Amino acid sequence: MIELMDIVVFSLMGVGILFTLVRMIIGPKLSDRVVSLDTFNMIIIGVIAVLASVFESNLYLDIVIIYAILAFLETIVFSRYLEGKKDGNS
Amino acid sequence: MEIVSYIFMTIGGLFFLLGGLGVLRMPDTFNRIQAGTKATTLGAFSVLIGVAFANPSWTAKIIIIIVFIIISNPIGSSVIAKATYNSKNIPDNLVQDDFKERGGKHDSV
Repeated sequence: MIELMDIVVFSLMGVGILFTLVRMIIGPKLSDRVVSLDTFNMIIIGVIAVLASVFESNLYLDIVIIYAILAFLETIVFSRYLEGKKDGNS
Repeated sequence: MEIVSYIFMTIGGLFFLLGGLGVLRMPDTFNRIQAGTKATTLGAFSVLIGVAFANPSWTAKIIIIIVFIIISNPIGSSVIAKATYNSKNIPDNLVQDDFKERGGKHDSV
């Protein structure tokens, strides 16, 4: 059952997600967008972990594991792509 | 037990908020990498410990997630920084370039 403190924690994470999304939209270079994507993925991992605690279901932790692996691969692949671009624009 | 778990979750949420704020407000890319990655590593650590306090039977799985995050997140941060350096996207007000002074090549990862 959701309680008041859960709502407080979700609000803090939600404001953090909003900040990273603003940086992802206005980021002047591609590397800024990759950094904000990495931060966004970490905050989503925290949100899913708190959701597991709210719904009291063990299965959400499996989702957290898979999401963490995919987020790490995403960061590595975007960085390799960024490294190929020598001007670093857009 | 409930109160301890909510304290850990609130600390983690605060670190997530500060990480997002750092990504939004820092002036150039390397500062954003540092603010965004360090703060969210500690935030994820703290939130997962809070979840483990609320449900003690999930501790094994949560320890696996924490170990993976502690290994993978600094590696990701380092790879982003290296790729940013190699893509010639260095900020103009860079005071010191240790990598160049030590004779580092641009293409090595």
